[in-house]
Amino acid sequence: MSNLNIENKATSTNNNSLLSAHNLTCIREERVLFEDLNLSIFPGDILQIEGPNGAGKTSLMRILAGLSQPYDGDIQFQGKSITDQRELFHQNLLYLGHLPGVKDELTAQENLAFNLALHGLDTSTAESTLTEVNLLGFEDALASHLSAGQHRRIALSRLWQSQAKIWILDEPFTAIDKLGVEKLEQLFLQHADNGGCVILTTHQDLSLPAERVKKVSLAYRFY
Amino acid sequence: MMWKWLHPYANPETSYHFAGKILPWCARLAFAFLTIGITWALLFAPADYQQGDTFRIFYIHVPAAMLSMGIYLGMAIAALSGLVWQLKLADASAAAMAPIGATFTFIALITGSAWGKPMWGTWWIWDARLTSELILLFLYLGVMALHNAFDDKALAGKAAGILALVGVINLPIIKYSVEWWNTLHQGATVSKLGQPSMTADMFWPFLVCFIGFAFLVTALICLRFRTEILNRNSMRPWVRELVTTEVKTHAV
Amino acid sequence: MTQLSYRAAFALIVKRDLRIAFRHRDDIINPLLFFIIVVTLFPLGVGPESTMLSRIAPGIIWVAALLSTLLSLDRLFKSDHADGSLEQMLLSPHPIFILVLAKIVAHWLLTGLPLILIAPLLAVLLHLQESSYIALMLTLLLGTPILSLLGAIGVALTVGIKKGGVLLSLLVLPLYIPVLIFATSAIDTAGMNLPYNGQLAIIAAIFFASLTLAPFAVSAALKVSTN
Repeated sequence: MSNLNIENKATSTNNNSLLSAHNLTCIREERVLFEDLNLSIFPGDILQIEGPNGAGKTSLMRILAGLSQPYDGDIQFQGKSITDQRELFHQNLLYLGHLPGVKDELTAQENLAFNLALHGLDTSTAESTLTEVNLLGFEDALASHLSAGQHRRIALSRLWQSQAKIWILDEPFTAIDKLGVEKLEQLFLQHADNGGCVILTTHQDLSLPAERVKKVSLAYRFY
Repeated sequence: MMWKWLHPYANPETSYHFAGKILPWCARLAFAFLTIGITWALLFAPADYQQGDTFRIFYIHVPAAMLSMGIYLGMAIAALSGLVWQLKLADASAAAMAPIGATFTFIALITGSAWGKPMWGTWWIWDARLTSELILLFLYLGVMALHNAFDDKALAGKAAGILALVGVINLPIIKYSVEWWNTLHQGATVSKLGQPSMTADMFWPFLVCFIGFAFLVTALICLRFRTEILNRNSMRPWVRELVTTEVKTHAV
Repeated sequence: MTQLSYRAAFALIVKRDLRIAFRHRDDIINPLLFFIIVVTLFPLGVGPESTMLSRIAPGIIWVAALLSTLLSLDRLFKSDHADGSLEQMLLSPHPIFILVLAKIVAHWLLTGLPLILIAPLLAVLLHLQESSYIALMLTLLLGTPILSLLGAIGVALTVGIKKGGVLLSLLVLPLYIPVLIFATSAIDTAGMNLPYNGQLAIIAAIFFASLTLAPFAVSAALKVSTN
């Protein structure tokens, strides 16, 4: 808990932060998941959100990404509320949730290319990117013929092309083998070193150097 | 965003107690006005020269029909403020209004068809006003069904609010189109539900009845609004305190 | 990073949806078959006299069109919501308005357009008056996009609910009433060789109103559903 970034309201308007949460309160089905949560994420940070099931990790990630609205509080991107600069924020955001967002009817390559194109990225390298996640030879296979792990890898392959500064990854290592996990961790480190930040949840221990990973713990609350 | 903190009634606890305070007054006024109004309307107001005593159902039918539309409008306004200013209590009040509005729509339909029986010799006629009431009932039922379909009451309120707003934009179009459709298909033999020009001795009892029903609606909304607040805040400390003090006072 | 223009983003999503639909043709064909079967049921139910059929043909065709659109609405957001691609689209750096409009246009191209193409054939089966054919086509052309637009609001509201199918019809069908009234009346009027510009103008007005307003309602609803 020593490196948890909890600040007072008075100091929370730090403009150097990439992403910051102010007095977040989240209530789901009449249960308070967390209350008055403050956190700031700076360039170079790798932030791991910990906590038992049902503590609100996914809810927090979705609120940070702007997908869910908190009961109360505000999310700021570079010091300005994300609701006031939705498109700019989304250009700088890559969120991967529990669902891979892969269409069964499209091939692996088409899936990646669509997602890249939607974010205004070059689609010509889609095929070579898929080799990064061991999908060489599956580029033209329909996603319906691929496994859940392969779907996840299609989704993750976007990371290699991403120019977004903020990566929010909910359980990115699910169904990924050991070698793949190592490769991803190196990618996170590289991304953080280039001035980006990574916010992730995982049930596995990260093998990254401990001083590079900041941690936020959410506790399960009964009311 | 600041003013919602300045506004005391944005706080669920304050509004819960406020609604609790005005509830008995509205209930008393409703009782008084309705007793006077209904006695006046049923016993002392003159019978219609054409429809006789049948006409007296008008004193319930018309207030119910007017309020059914009014509640929908109120619900849409609450939903709009809930969506635009993120007022959580506005969603709760919209949710509180829907079943009451639906009930009044239903009353308007039943009394309308009961009025129609002696007039047209049939329980149902595709009269423009009755048809729009029926569609209004569908709109209410849609809002209620959508509200019930969500487990999370905050989301339920927002979703139902959007639907109520879509409905309120559509309502005039639906009403207009049904009226237009009705005049198009209306045979000469069927006369419309007569709205006789009101004389003063009909107007005053009608007004008293209407005010009585309006107070009744307000009281019911307060009651349901309080329930909605408790439902949405059941885990909050102040509700727990409320329950424990309530238990204590009942024990004594 | 180059920012996509609105038009490019719109075209990208329409193309994607069309490509997905063509790889899953049942979704296009089944609502169309439903449309045909419902229309066929009416002569079996009310009897084959051609005067009666031609009298009720506009109503039958339009009610069947409403129902088959209703059946196809689920495709608009349901599978995208289930596999997570909807939230990815909502997180893309484009106004939600554009995304929603693109999906609705794709939906209309896949369901409304085939309906319009097959409607004259069904009109023949129902002995629709000859002078009504153009009115039928025009009302469908203006009316089916309204069905897709208003329907999208209902789907967006119910997409997160597990058993939203029946609920969807309860939400959407009352909103379809004005289109139904003016469309059938236009066809009836055309059958009497009278001008039906008035009805068409009203349908057009409803079309433009829903074209501008519905995407906003859909965006708001999607935000709630993906919450």
